[in-house]
Amino acid sequence: MDRIIRVMVAKPGLDSHDRGAKVVARAYRDAGMEVVYTGLHQTSEQIAEAAVQEDVDVLAVSILSGAHSVLLPRIIGSLRERGGGGILVLAGGVIPEADVPALLEAGVARVFGPGSRLDTIVEFTRELAGGRI
Amino acid sequence: MDLVSRLLAGDPAALARAITLVERDRPAPRDLLAAIHPHTGRARVIGVTGPPGVGKSTLVDQLAISFRQPHALVGVLAVDPSSPFTGGAILGDRVRMARSSADPGIFIRSLATRGQLGGLSQATGDAIRLMDASGRSLILVETVGAGQAEVDIMNHAHTVLVVLAPGLGDDVQAIKAGILEIGHVFAVNKADRDGADRTAAELEMMLEMAPDCRAGGWRPPVVRTVARDGRGIPELVRKLDEHWDCRQSELDGWCRRQAAAELSETVEAMAGSRLREWAAKSGMWEEVLDAIVGRRLDPRRGAETLLSHYLDSRPGEDAGSPTGCWTGRRRNT
Repeated sequence: MDRIIRVMVAKPGLDSHDRGAKVVARAYRDAGMEVVYTGLHQTSEQIAEAAVQEDVDVLAVSILSGAHSVLLPRIIGSLRERGGGGILVLAGGVIPEADVPALLEAGVARVFGPGSRLDTIVEFTRELAGGRI
Repeated sequence: MDLVSRLLAGDPAALARAITLVERDRPAPRDLLAAIHPHTGRARVIGVTGPPGVGKSTLVDQLAISFRQPHALVGVLAVDPSSPFTGGAILGDRVRMARSSADPGIFIRSLATRGQLGGLSQATGDAIRLMDASGRSLILVETVGAGQAEVDIMNHAHTVLVVLAPGLGDDVQAIKAGILEIGHVFAVNKADRDGADRTAAELEMMLEMAPDCRAGGWRPPVVRTVARDGRGIPELVRKLDEHWDCRQSELDGWCRRQAAAELSETVEAMAGSRLREWAAKSGMWEEVLDAIVGRRLDPRRGAETLLSHYLDSRPGEDAGSPTGCWTGRRRNT
């Protein structure tokens, strides 16, 4: 039997819009994955701690507040401190093209901007998770 | 350091990984579970069950925070259903556990049922043991939203808390068999809503009539709570503690019953899979199957045929008594 992929969908910071996060969570579920949803207003440390406890393969972070360049490196740093450096991080939301290279440099596996197709996100996540033991 | 020693030292990442292993590999990784077994049996386990939407997760959040005082490390296992179509799941209990997830002394793990009925996942028992071995001295297990027959939690928890809310049905619902029979403590949550008094009164009446089937002369109390703002939580904790004290007198018996249930389940699974393997290899499986489909043999006689052929094919194996492979030493705590 194929191993079941576990994903965490997280909403850091002050942004209150989680429609997109829920749509993505639902798409993961329909693709046969187990999706842990954190709810709104999580700190970077809380998200990292939760991802480690849940031992997810992929952490999908949704940010629409504009604080991505601060929050994502902080989440990745917190993951590494807690022994969760192997968890792969995806970002989604309103993130300008110009900011993407720095995020990839910081360790984000891929950034999905507005208009990304759900099946692209799901497929990429599956491939990414397949590489993790 | 290897996984087991990191787990025993309380490392959260090791505990998380170990739970993944017992979830992923069925039958569970034997060496891991064998290594931690001597370090289990210390934690107090509280099961929280009840219908969907009554506020179990919010209540668990409150309880986890409350129990952090006497217990340095608290564990939470939250079970949600897997989709019967895709196998996927949305595990959303954490959304209601914001306060607990901000506390690094509380380890929360979401589990999907993965097709298991009964309100828990197959790995739940092993996950409890792993948490126990990693030093979580109090473990809260939240079942899936349970209706009537999801009673597996009674085999894993010292205390079962059944959570209800106003407006779920009349008193006939309350006298049905099932989860209402397994509760040691009852909470009527959302007690600030209309109908809470009536729900509590009906519940009390039902419990009044119940024969005292719960051990130790314990009469299950009904506590009114509002998990959202914490009203009634201290009283609920007090009742849970009282039940734990009452349990102490027959804890050995409880542990033995629990071990017996588990041993017999394991023996059945193990013997069954051995027998199936042998029957498939020898071709008898297909033969018997043909006979059943052809209406020449009923399934029960078919199974008896397989079993007797299996035993005949292994002469001497069931003779004699077990010798020397274990010392039978009793664990002391």
